[in-house]
Amino acid sequence: MSQADLSIHGQVSRSEATEVMTAPTFSVPAKKMAMWLFIIADSATFAGCLVAYGFIRNATPDWPRPFHSITNVALMTFILLTSSLTMLLGVRSAEQDDKPGAFRWIMITAVLGIAFAVLHIREWMGMIGEGATLFHNPWGTPAFGAAFFSVTGLHLLHVTGGVIALIAVAIRYQGGRYNADDIEITGLYWHFVDLVWMFVVPLVYLLNLAH
Amino acid sequence: MAATEAHKSNGIGKDVAIYVCLLVLAGIQFVIAYQSITASQMFVRMLSVAIIEGGLALLFFMHLSENRGLMWFVLIFTVAVILGMQYGWTDSFRLVDGVPWAK
Repeated sequence: MSQADLSIHGQVSRSEATEVMTAPTFSVPAKKMAMWLFIIADSATFAGCLVAYGFIRNATPDWPRPFHSITNVALMTFILLTSSLTMLLGVRSAEQDDKPGAFRWIMITAVLGIAFAVLHIREWMGMIGEGATLFHNPWGTPAFGAAFFSVTGLHLLHVTGGVIALIAVAIRYQGGRYNADDIEITGLYWHFVDLVWMFVVPLVYLLNLAH
Repeated sequence: MAATEAHKSNGIGKDVAIYVCLLVLAGIQFVIAYQSITASQMFVRMLSVAIIEGGLALLFFMHLSENRGLMWFVLIFTVAVILGMQYGWTDSFRLVDGVPWAK
């Protein structure tokens, strides 16, 4: 084998090795994979909170049922589900290189997120007005206030963070610093926040309706 | 160009269909809340609907259906962790019922 053959052979081997090393896991880009890993970890956090909530609720005989109306929570659910659709439209617009369209849909998503947060805080204020706090509950066990405000507060924190992220990513996307992949990754986070709400609503609100 | 537009249109159509399904499923949860059934029956029914909702969101909104490898990776890890958290329920019932072997 000549030196030239060795050289060519060596180059091919290095090239193949590089290809293997840079192949992304599950053909998913690194940033998107990082978001999926975050979602897996965060779903464990929410699951832990909801399981703990269920544990306390199940072990407390005089658990209160303070919710008299589903109007507010139904409206919040509708808003959050709709925001997932507008986020999808934003991602699709970004994939089509429609920058104004993507920016518009993401901003609509952010506005819906703000509306959700406002309704959530309004509901909190109503409950606080009735005397429910983290450590006090006028309807019975104080554990209710701690569990309710912890679970819904963690979700509200995620919504607030998501709104900030949406606005920041949309502005940077419009300025050309971010691309469609970044929009899609932010969208993954937003859908996850929506997904968590699908479990919070029945477990925290609907099972505690006053009949 | 026309094919791209058609693909975009189909994609949006599917997204809207999934969105409507999610709205209907969320509505079913609210209907279940007003049924005259026990709390445990209500819990099982609502959780079942929530799992279907979550599955639809994962598969279609988060596009997991387009990547089988990633889908199994996410599901296996997440479900394993969530199932691992269920070990304490017997204690939860023990606190309420006070079964003899708990003393």
